[in-house]
Amino acid sequence: MGNEIKRISTPFTKDAVKSLKAGDIVNITGTIYTGRDAAHQRLVDTLKEGKALPFAIKDSIIYYVGPTPAKPGQVIGSAGPTTSYRMDDLTVPLLEQGLSGMIGKGARAEKVIAGMKEYGAVYFGAIGGAAALIASSIKKSTVIAYEDLGPEAIRELEVVDFPVIVVIDSEGNNMYDTEKIKYAR
Amino acid sequence: MRDIHVQEVTKAVKEMCISANYHLGKDVYKRLVLSEEREESPIGKEILNNIIKNADIATENEVPMCQDTGLVTLFIEIGQDVHFIGGDLNQAINEGVSQGYQEGYLRKSVVEDPLKRKNTGDNTPAVVHSSIVPGEQVRITVAPKGFGSENMCKLKMLKPSDGQKGVEDFVVEVVAIAGPNPCPPIVVGVGIGGTFEKAALLAKKAMLREVDDKNNNEYYAEMEERLLEKINNLGIGPQGLGGRATALTVKVEKYPTHIAGLPVAVAINCHASRHEERVL
Ligand code: SF4
Repeated sequence: MGNEIKRISTPFTKDAVKSLKAGDIVNITGTIYTGRDAAHQRLVDTLKEGKALPFAIKDSIIYYVGPTPAKPGQVIGSAGPTTSYRMDDLTVPLLEQGLSGMIGKGARAEKVIAGMKEYGAVYFGAIGGAAALIASSIKKSTVIAYEDLGPEAIRELEVVDFPVIVVIDSEGNNMYDTEKIKYAR
Repeated sequence: MRDIHVQEVTKAVKEMCISANYHLGKDVYKRLVLSEEREESPIGKEILNNIIKNADIATENEVPMCQDTGLVTLFIEIGQDVHFIGGDLNQAINEGVSQGYQEGYLRKSVVEDPLKRKNTGDNTPAVVHSSIVPGEQVRITVAPKGFGSENMCKLKMLKPSDGQKGVEDFVVEVVAIAGPNPCPPIVVGVGIGGTFEKAALLAKKAMLREVDDKNNNEYYAEMEERLLEKINNLGIGPQGLGGRATALTVKVEKYPTHIAGLPVAVAINCHASRHEERVL
């Protein structure tokens, strides 16, 4: 695992998904969508009702984040990842629809990893707490759905070299399982 | 008797809410730099480097270091010769939180009812712990804390016979289960003894001690060292992606307890360990 950076852009196609391996340091450029607890609930409810989602989910990337309010002159406030396991029960239906990347922090449930393998998706880790640093790679932010949810609304973000690490790849290799043994004593 | 206007409390709380979220404590910063130097994992080193850069950007641009600007826990020690004037002290505290979170562009993360979950809109109320002490000063500590780490805290009522080993095993187990979720490297506070609620409070207070501060009781100072080593030997590392820096420090506080009990609480704070103190 070198510190060489891989660059990807959106749409995040299934071929690109397959090219990434756990441990890769990746910079993402393009359009990604924000969504956390309440937004996920609404997305899944929308699918259950058979209605269309507020954005094209195929080959897209969702970032689990609820930013701070932007100060005057800022594109977005501080915007680091939130803990992903709270989205675990609401993730597989989105993978079924073609979601190919998720950005968050912390472990995922087995069923999510199984879904990632089945439908082809990558779980990226962004650095939890590095919210001011991450915000500097976000060039534009537009609320596109669920504005009433405040920090939990769905935003479309234009990002340039958004820094992440592949934590779980589409084959199910999981850094949370493989790495700690190397440094345990 | 000394009169203190509650507006002074509001002002102090407001300023501390903002400042704590923008500026990482020097003690934590220094320990992060040391951890980066010592980190064996290349990815871990890179992550620590970014965490340090993030703290620099937050300070320089006066923005929150983390988007989860937390729920405010506030400790207030009131000298028994102080007389508050000009209004209700609790309201004044929450007014300070409200002003701080709005004027500081901090995230409002508090819901009014834990089950109905409507946002209160201004991050109030704070969780306030007050105590009466001798003197005529007021010491206020503001500690905003995110729930990535708060959700990983645990408490257990051990048996007296579980002893020191039972306590240490439990602490290490809690950190191991938390894994990457509380944004390691973490700060660990352990409360031993007292009652159910006292142990939790001790753990929270322990977390607020300076990183370099050594326990003045030698037995517990050694326990802090040993626990830090055991925790870092888990290999969890920065962000749980493997490495030596799982915890920056472990602090233990104790209190007398009942002949039949051994309560232990483990509080976990993330690297964005935010707190500020002021004396009025
Ligand atoms: S655990 Fe701490 S650093 Fe991580 S997201 Fe929450 S508040 Fe931020």
